[in-house]
Amino acid sequence: MQVPILKQGPYLIASVQAALKDADLIGLRDALTEQVGTYRSRGVIVDVTALDVLDSFACRTLSDIASMIRLRGAQTVIVGIQPEVAFSMVQLGLKLEGVATALDLEEGLEYMKRRTKRIHHGLYEA
Amino acid sequence: MACTKHEVRVMIKSDEDILAARQEGRDLAVRLGFGSSELAVIATSISELARNLLLYAKNGCIVCWAIESEPKKGIVIQATDEGPGISDVEAVLRDGYSTSGGLGLGLPGVRRMMDEFAIVSHKGRGTTVTTIKWKE
Amino acid sequence: MSSAREKNKRPRSQHRSADVFSELVAHLRKNRGSLQEEWAQRISEARLLTAMSDEEILTETTSIYDNYVDVLETGAVEALQAYARNLSERIIPRGVETHEVIGIVLLLRDVLLRSLLRHFQSRFELLGRMLDAFEPAARRITVTVAVGFVHERERIIHEQQDAIRGLSTPVLPVREGLLILPIVGVIDPQRARQLTGQLLQGIRANRAKVVVIDVTGVPSINSTVANHLVLTVEAARLLGATAIVTGLSPEIAQTLVTLGVDLTKMNTVCDLRGGIEEADHALGFKVTRIDESSNEEKGW
Repeated sequence: MQVPILKQGPYLIASVQAALKDADLIGLRDALTEQVGTYRSRGVIVDVTALDVLDSFACRTLSDIASMIRLRGAQTVIVGIQPEVAFSMVQLGLKLEGVATALDLEEGLEYMKRRTKRIHHGLYEA
Repeated sequence: MACTKHEVRVMIKSDEDILAARQEGRDLAVRLGFGSSELAVIATSISELARNLLLYAKNGCIVCWAIESEPKKGIVIQATDEGPGISDVEAVLRDGYSTSGGLGLGLPGVRRMMDEFAIVSHKGRGTTVTTIKWKE
Repeated sequence: MSSAREKNKRPRSQHRSADVFSELVAHLRKNRGSLQEEWAQRISEARLLTAMSDEEILTETTSIYDNYVDVLETGAVEALQAYARNLSERIIPRGVETHEVIGIVLLLRDVLLRSLLRHFQSRFELLGRMLDAFEPAARRITVTVAVGFVHERERIIHEQQDAIRGLSTPVLPVREGLLILPIVGVIDPQRARQLTGQLLQGIRANRAKVVVIDVTGVPSINSTVANHLVLTVEAARLLGATAIVTGLSPEIAQTLVTLGVDLTKMNTVCDLRGGIEEADHALGFKVTRIDESSNEEKGW
């Protein structure tokens, strides 16, 4: 199943609707990487509110997404990890190290604005 | 559709089977009355155990069933395979065995999450991991 | 239980065992008054049941004695189990301890035994058969009462633990985006899990960006709980919140280091106030006092 990706200004928002097969996760990774290039997006927000499990494969793929997006010069933030899911993840040792996280879409956008504003200014400072 | 199954059995041959095992196991846990945080733990454990089966074993199967040990009630999640077997069970159970962000194994994590955990493995003959989560 | 009693009825001679028992029981009933008194005196000499008044001791010892003899007679342990549970329910809140309960039952057994020895010493063969009958029955009674007491104690402790856990959530929203979780008392793994669950739910409900976990009130922690603390900090981050741990006593800090807990994964500040200040800073709050005199400086 394809994950819908929406463009909101300089950002891409991917909203996961239901449990994903491995192939769907890989597909999401590739689609985001491609679209960041196409739209020259500054940030990607992946919303996993609907997921009741984030296992090792899902975490690895989210980590890969963040790395690949970074190579394209953009930021990634994962939002919507549920409390129970978060707790299960850390018990399994899956911490999403080095990947930004926020509570939900609203917080995620806030985060993006703060981060990309700094970078943006940094690039254009005289 | 009323389903009074108290056992779930899923062969793991592809990653779709992982999802199926997770879903069916979770449904069973729901029927048994587990709370939401317990459900997350159960589903995640099934997912990890099933993934190990996919990655390392041959003819792996996830079986879940209800268990009662007066006065406790719980769910058993068992992963069996006819794979190569684990030669050093101790090593596999040591925390940090799986490299960070690594795939599969994660057995120390499953052991942490579940209430009971047992693993039997014979090189060349296969492995059985049995875990139990009791209802709070 | 009654089948075991059947066995007791046939140790040596099938016919005479029933007689032996009834003579034994008759003796104990006949001398009820003096034996009870003797027992009560032994209890006080041994300084047992100090938490109870003399009247209470008299009432309970009377009941126990009668129950004891009834069980000897009928072998009906269920009644004794019921009595033991009931007794325990009454005396546990009074602070009576396990060793006291076992002690008084053993003293009663001793008192009855000596009475049998005194009274039947000339009838040696009969005495022997009486002891054969008495010993297993007395042992079963002691075990039943002791086990009943211990079970009841465990049940009460369990209930109290549940009650403590049931106390309303300790997660406190302090300012916008800031939560405080003060932890008090000894934490067992189950309570630790519960606290983490409440904290994470609290982060979501209050949209907290910073959580201050204060462990000033925790006397000691073991490796399981320490590792759990680290996991909690990591889980909070996944929900977009930073956790600051405050109030680590030097002892606990030492324990954590010894246990190899990675303290770099935890933001620690020495006390709660410092933790809140740091949290404010992280949230972009600045707390200033409203002061009349400062208006001058602003040139009003």
